Amino acid sequence: MRYLPLLWAGLFRKKTRTILTLLSVGVAFLLFGLLHAVTVAFESGADSADAKRLLTTARYSIIELLPIAYLRRIEQVPGVIGVAYAEWFGAKYQNESNAFPVFAVDPRRYLDMYPEFTIPHEQREALVKTRTGAVAGTRLIQRYGWKLGQKVPISSEIHPKADGSMGWEFDLVGTLDADDPTVRGNTDIVLINAAYFDEARQANKGRTGWYIERIADPAQAKAISAAIDALFMNSPDETKTQPEKEFAIGFAKQIGDIGALVLRILVAVFFTILILTGNTMAQSIRERIPELAILKTIGFSDSRVTVLVLAEAVVLLLLGSGLGMLAATSLLPAMNSATGGRFPPLFVHGSTWLIALGMAVTLALAIGLPPALRAWRLKIVEALAGH
Amino acid sequence: MRWLNQAVAITVITLRTIPQRLGTSLVVVIGIAGVVGVLVSVLAMSEGFRHTLASTGRYDRVILLRAGSDSEMSSGLGRDQTTLIAPLPGVARDADGSPLASAELLVMVDLPRQGQTDPNNVPFRGVQPAAFAIRDELRIVAGRRFARGVREVIVGEKASQEFARLTVGSTIGFRDSAWTVVGIFETGGDVHESEIWADAEVTMSAFRRVGYQSVTARLADGSDTGFTAFKDSLSRDPRFSLSVLREPEYYARQAKVLSDLINVLGYTVAAFMAIGAIFGALNCMYSAVASRQVEIATLRALGFDGTPVVLAVMIEALLLALVGGAVGGALAYLYCDGTSLSTLNFNTFSQVAFDFRVTPGLLLQGLWWSLSIGAVGGLLPAIQAARLPVTVALRTL
Repeated sequence: MRYLPLLWAGLFRKKTRTILTLLSVGVAFLLFGLLHAVTVAFESGADSADAKRLLTTARYSIIELLPIAYLRRIEQVPGVIGVAYAEWFGAKYQNESNAFPVFAVDPRRYLDMYPEFTIPHEQREALVKTRTGAVAGTRLIQRYGWKLGQKVPISSEIHPKADGSMGWEFDLVGTLDADDPTVRGNTDIVLINAAYFDEARQANKGRTGWYIERIADPAQAKAISAAIDALFMNSPDETKTQPEKEFAIGFAKQIGDIGALVLRILVAVFFTILILTGNTMAQSIRERIPELAILKTIGFSDSRVTVLVLAEAVVLLLLGSGLGMLAATSLLPAMNSATGGRFPPLFVHGSTWLIALGMAVTLALAIGLPPALRAWRLKIVEALAGH
Repeated sequence: MRWLNQAVAITVITLRTIPQRLGTSLVVVIGIAGVVGVLVSVLAMSEGFRHTLASTGRYDRVILLRAGSDSEMSSGLGRDQTTLIAPLPGVARDADGSPLASAELLVMVDLPRQGQTDPNNVPFRGVQPAAFAIRDELRIVAGRRFARGVREVIVGEKASQEFARLTVGSTIGFRDSAWTVVGIFETGGDVHESEIWADAEVTMSAFRRVGYQSVTARLADGSDTGFTAFKDSLSRDPRFSLSVLREPEYYARQAKVLSDLINVLGYTVAAFMAIGAIFGALNCMYSAVASRQVEIATLRALGFDGTPVVLAVMIEALLLALVGGAVGGALAYLYCDGTSLSTLNFNTFSQVAFDFRVTPGLLLQGLWWSLSIGAVGGLLPAIQAARLPVTVALRTL
């Protein structure tokens, strides 16, 4: 600790240079914080998945429909303690295709299935009682400036009403929210009454998109999935049941390996930073060779001088990475609101801080070692003779 | 004139001394190469995706969807409608007089990527015989076309590369049906190369569909008047309720969401990297100026002006930046250009395969970025170099 002033003096020997280096390290870690938040958001579907939930879709393609009559039969499978269902409405709002997901659901079953969603009890009951009712996620309500009690006109791109028109209208009776901020992105949806939807639409009556099952014991997930699929084997509508997490992972894989893409960008970023900072460090030590020689002259051991140089690199990287991560943490909320809730909310997670710390130390060693070795090998006489 | 001579003289000296400062100069080059490399690669991805969709379709072809639908996936057309569309006067005819209109259905089938097991939504298109005459850019590159009335498919080149088991002679099973791959086709790199094609009637019965999703037709008169006349005649006809779009317009619309997203990612990352690189460049140019303090002061003492000094430092920064930009662009080109990628297009909910495209425009854009970084990174050190009082600078000797 008592070497801290010495370290500090060494670092800020040339203020402009150190500040510029700090800033470029900071920017690299800011970028890391932002990109890692994207990766985390992308993988959060799998992370926030409930191990006690299974998902049943049509076997050959998730966009095909299943008979609503499957509900009673799935309910009787041993180990299943709750069943909900939902169907994709294909919303078009204010001429924007897929502006937000709208699911036609049985409100009680669906909201029971997702206890992480919060909704006031009377609003929940209002949705059950209002045939044309709808509840929407709080971020959507903010984005579009909706008011409870108003009618929301939403077109469907898939489902015509009985009269052939694609325009639907729902009464907004409630707000959906979540206490856990990482789940809040999942509430960017609108729920409507499947009973009304099924009655009012022109085609595909008596069918729904997918089933969600709650099971008592996650260890039984595979066996129960197989039991559900066995029920409908060789029927015109075969099913595929899998744990929610597997479904989420599979879906993420469809988009492709975002993680690998982000990783490549980050490698480029950090390689660049390594070169920039490494050069600055080397230069700074080169200029201070006589000073280091004097330190050795007054009794500093070789290893102590080496550690001093290395510590300088570590402090530089820790300061820079801390600045960058702080900037990322404070920037993300602003970015979340600037995108108007069009993307899932992004956060800097604890894990991101840990990885940043690990990378800062690794980079510091990579950058600090060559000049530190140089300081180690330094011969007092030669170093002082040169000047 | 004297001023210009001075500028040239100092610049020449400056550039000659670069080898002595190779380390610092290289840092500027590498820093900027990193920015430009990432920028160009990410934008090449978006460009490739956009190009794949934008090059799909021709101006004289139209796609008809159910009114209000933006994509084939959300559209549906009954057989009664599609049979009425083909004989319309606006639709072109082939030499035998049969209409160039193909009613098609698009279903999604699950196929794993090469070497993986997770399913992906691969588009499976059922087409009527006229489809080949309408899309005459389609060429069979291996095998043959599918025969009518049997479960045979032809596979787009991109889909064949990206997904498992899609080679001539292999059998793929969907639902309760097994299909034989009898051919591979290419369509000049457009979106159809990510698809599997089969006979419409066979597809309909195998996937238990009762209707089509779209009709693609070639117009007898592809000009604006011909298109408007065709569209108007359809909207006046009470039997139809259709959206009529020219093919290029339809496919460009489908590219928008994803390519916008990739562009935002690319520019955001590059902007932050550029800020980092500017700090790096500033650092390097400051130290370059510092190491030549005495030399610059000597020149000033000999009667050289400040402006030529500023110019010389700026030119050095810009040259280094340009080299960095060129290296970054070249790396992006070598590393990315032509690399294939397949992803889920949110508009259609199906897989689209495309190649990264490093275009001259992107490379030029990369150079602009590198010059801007060089200019910002060089200006302050250059001014500092010129402003330093001669006596102070020489005293450091």
